[in-house]
Amino acid sequence: MNACEDCLRRTALIGRLAPHVERARRRHRHLRELLTLTDDELIVALGGERRSELKRAHETFDVRAARAEIERAGLQAICRHDERYPPRLLQAADAPAVLHVAGELQRLAALAFEEAAAVAVVGARRAGLDGLEVARGLGRGLAAAGVTVVSGMALGIDSAAHAGALEVGGPTLTVLAGGADVPYPASKRGLYRTLVRTQAAISEMPPAMAPWRWCFPARNRTIAGLASLTIVVEAAERSGSLITAELAQELGRAVGAVPGPVTAPRCAGSNALLRDGALVIRDAQDALDEALGIGVASVTATAGRRAAALEPPLRTLLREVSDGRDTVAALAATPAQAQAALAGLAELELLGFLRRGPGGRYLRLG
Amino acid sequence: MLARVTTFAIDGLASSRIAVEVDVRRGLPAFTIVGRGDAAVRESRERVHAALLNSGFEFPQRRITVNLAPAHLRKVGPGFDLATACGVLAASGQLPLERLERWAVFGELSLGGELRHCRGALAVAEGTRRCGLEGLLVAHECAREAALVDGLSVAGVGTLRAVVAVLRGGEPPPLPRELPGPAPATADPDLDLADVRGHPDAIRALTIAAAGGHNLLLSGPPGIGKTMLARRLPSVLPALSRAEAITVTRIHSIAGLRGGGGLVESRPLRAPHHTISAPGLVGGGALPAPGEASLAHHGVLLLDELSEFSRSALEALRQPLEDGHVAIVRGQRRVVFPTSFQLVATTNPCPCGLAGSARCRCSEGDVARHARKLSGPLLDRIDLLAYMQRPRADALDSAARTSSGQIADAVAEARERQATRLAGTGLLTNAQLSPRLVREHVSLNATAAAALRQAYVTGTLSARGHERSLRVARTIADLDGSARVHAEHVREALGLRGQDGAAGADAERAA
Repeated sequence: MNACEDCLRRTALIGRLAPHVERARRRHRHLRELLTLTDDELIVALGGERRSELKRAHETFDVRAARAEIERAGLQAICRHDERYPPRLLQAADAPAVLHVAGELQRLAALAFEEAAAVAVVGARRAGLDGLEVARGLGRGLAAAGVTVVSGMALGIDSAAHAGALEVGGPTLTVLAGGADVPYPASKRGLYRTLVRTQAAISEMPPAMAPWRWCFPARNRTIAGLASLTIVVEAAERSGSLITAELAQELGRAVGAVPGPVTAPRCAGSNALLRDGALVIRDAQDALDEALGIGVASVTATAGRRAAALEPPLRTLLREVSDGRDTVAALAATPAQAQAALAGLAELELLGFLRRGPGGRYLRLG
Repeated sequence: MLARVTTFAIDGLASSRIAVEVDVRRGLPAFTIVGRGDAAVRESRERVHAALLNSGFEFPQRRITVNLAPAHLRKVGPGFDLATACGVLAASGQLPLERLERWAVFGELSLGGELRHCRGALAVAEGTRRCGLEGLLVAHECAREAALVDGLSVAGVGTLRAVVAVLRGGEPPPLPRELPGPAPATADPDLDLADVRGHPDAIRALTIAAAGGHNLLLSGPPGIGKTMLARRLPSVLPALSRAEAITVTRIHSIAGLRGGGGLVESRPLRAPHHTISAPGLVGGGALPAPGEASLAHHGVLLLDELSEFSRSALEALRQPLEDGHVAIVRGQRRVVFPTSFQLVATTNPCPCGLAGSARCRCSEGDVARHARKLSGPLLDRIDLLAYMQRPRADALDSAARTSSGQIADAVAEARERQATRLAGTGLLTNAQLSPRLVREHVSLNATAAAALRQAYVTGTLSARGHERSLRVARTIADLDGSARVHAEHVREALGLRGQDGAAGADAERAA
């Protein structure tokens, strides 16, 4: 176990103070101010009547029990004094004291070490299907170029970005609002399992804690802190993703947004970011140019090379799909052609060039 | 004086022998029917009374007691009228007993003495034969149906007077010609796949479904022709065998779907409306009656707009789909109805129906909710999923349309190959293969096995989907006339793979 006692003590305190923070937030106390306070200041600021009780609990903190609990939850913990703690995150004054990691610790180091580029892809939970596809494409293109895709596993854009990165085998890192052993939202259990098995999920909250409302903006500061570039795909006017963008900006990191229709309320926030000077991100290539420098990595180069190795009929089929004839109905006029198209599309799917999407439309990958 | 007449009561899908005992003796004039009859049986007194008088017979002004034995069985419907009337005539000496003892009678009477059609004539005829009786007297509308039973004299007569003439030893009248029935319960024979323009992929899926008996889901935007295509599935299925046709006729007759006519010749197609209840779908009622799933036995059950059906109705379909029959238990009675049908369902891919296109207005949540409505055990039983989209223009113009006849020939050949391979297992089609039989009968060549393994490893297929793709690939190979399953068969099967009910492979990957 690698987290030091003081950091674990603070984590336990934050866990215990969670309901107090919730109340304080309702009284408009700024979350970031709170999280930069020292332990004693925190107790004074938030403890209210229970101040002395909390103080006692804080002083009699049992580090062995805390460590045992982390181990029981199948997690590992590193604190900010650990050399494996993501260095980029340390630049933030309010960086979490402890990161609980579900998945292997070595992988976290690989996902978030200093030289590894990391891009956060965040956005609306209620997103349009095209927004989801953009997020998935960003996840895929960034991950394929070896850039870690950081997001929050929320419904909608976040999960789509993770899923896209997983399609090419990662790297991707998820930051959870509750305990790192709690898949939230529960409907993303399957995604969580895959992420933990092959990537990593982290959280600053103690194990088994269900997320409070304030935990989400707190989580967002971790996402922003981990990434050198934060991309908002779709965000309505008052969206948590805008908080992530704001936090990234405060840390001096780059912020980008994917343009959406000006008439769509669900894109109003992301479009407003663009007006305020955020980078325009149209696809993974834009994101790569921004994260790694123009021309360093190319999305199409690798895919193009692989496609060139295909047999001629499959190459033709793939080109047709890329040109928008992306359904069997659009590819075949006779039963014999349909038979060939079905088999060919399935083969391209198995080779990882295509994916059968909603309504039986085939989507070009990577 | 006592007379005993044999008739039959419908009991589930079979008939039970009922002895109608009529006792006529001196006393105050009275007419009583005992033996657990329903309202129709009690009203039978008035019909019998009037029918006898209007046919020119005498109604004895004595004390008449009618007993329907055995007394523990509930008797429902007007089918006992004729037996009661014959019993009264015999007990009052107006009809000799000898032929009445060797024949069964079955039918409803009108006040004028005409014999009316009753449900379940075929089941009654089978019961008569089973009891070793010589002949059966029914209304002439039912005669052709009853005559399907070999080794039984069937007399179809129109009036009570004609009944008496036959029972006095007269020659039974010849069987009537085919009579037009009510609305056809079976598929319209005029429907042909040549009417469908475009959709070669969906037609291909339909062909595979027909060849292997696989259940099929058609997904596509509204108005694309899903229902039109689904209704043409019976046109490519092989004809009913005689035994199958007899079963279908019996079920349809008991359900009251047949007016006259003999054997049901085309496969049934049942398309219940989505407001149907669970008992309506699988059978039920105080006196269990077959539901749509049984009416579609040996045929096609079409569930149009699958997501609109109630959860309970779809859940109820689980056992019938799994076992090919459904057991209905009411009180102490347990009735088993056969439900071996092929399921064809249609659905929109998302609430607005335009999923995947730029015009789709549904959010991810809407689509997930829609998918959840469809999910569950039903999707696990659907081997094939065909997405239908707007056909391209040259597909519409294409002169070369495939007719149902051409496809039916290919389907028949593929079915023959399956029957040969499955000889001895009691199964007929690939869709019925259990996991064990799949291992035994589906042999893949090396490249096919590699393709399938890849699909499993990449998460394109779940374990269950793997099983289903094997069955479908076997059918495609059968259509191809190939003894082994090749890679292109597996790939085509993958292109038509269905969704998973429990943890949808598609849904999970869409995460």
